[in-house]
Amino acid sequence: MNLSWGSLGLVFLGGTVGTALREALALVLPPVDLTAGVRLPLTTLGINLLGALLLGLLLEALVRRGPDAGRRRTVRLLLGTGLLGGFTTYSALATDSVLLLQGGATGVAMTYGLGSVLFGGVATWLGILIGAALQRRTHEGRAVAGEDTG
Amino acid sequence: MTPLLFLAIATAGGVGATARLFLDGLVRSRLGDAFPFGTTIINVSGSLLLGLVTGLAMNHLIAAEWSLVLGVGLLSGYTTFSTASFETVRLIQARRYLAGLFNGIGMLGVSVAAAALGLWVGLAPG
Repeated sequence: MNLSWGSLGLVFLGGTVGTALREALALVLPPVDLTAGVRLPLTTLGINLLGALLLGLLLEALVRRGPDAGRRRTVRLLLGTGLLGGFTTYSALATDSVLLLQGGATGVAMTYGLGSVLFGGVATWLGILIGAALQRRTHEGRAVAGEDTG
Repeated sequence: MTPLLFLAIATAGGVGATARLFLDGLVRSRLGDAFPFGTTIINVSGSLLLGLVTGLAMNHLIAAEWSLVLGVGLLSGYTTFSTASFETVRLIQARRYLAGLFNGIGMLGVSVAAAALGLWVGLAPG
């Protein structure tokens, strides 16, 4: 294992900010009441899909810039593992699905759970495409300017 | 919500994320990088514990503030959707379709079952 105090600190900082953002969004946009006691966690869904897209973008852009070391590793730990990892949540997805099942909303629970995973994959893939496109543009821009692209 | 509670939730999320980094590193060093077991273990165990915390809160066995700090903070920061999704897409890109399917749908099924078990245990003493 290669865990330094620095890595743990970066992930702690990112995770704290990511969780604060998630909680702030949940306070501004509370879950929608489907029927009495059955709540549709649309905010969690939006957070997870947005976070998946941004993580795909970030990791693809980083991996295209070079090996996972130095500043790239710092950015990955702070924004990827920390911020976006803490912003998105899997336990809430699983628990909310169970609460929907328990409330008798089986179809909604299945749609929510499977839809999250499916569209999460689509969002990630889209993020990877955007990350690749952005990196190509930066690369071309630097090549025109005659700079080192490393 | 008081500013102190908000801060406690956010900080607990940071602790959860740090625990995720630590556990994922530990699992990688033992089981290798071929399949992302770390994230699976983290998301399943976090779902079990969030189910438990939710059940205990519904049962009024823990205070609402604690259920927020532990649930919305610690366990939601510990588990991660974005990394799970990213690892699934990477498996599919590598044409490891069965592994990708397990990491996507399989993790969801096991996590939902774990959360149901946790909720059931949390509701039981009432």
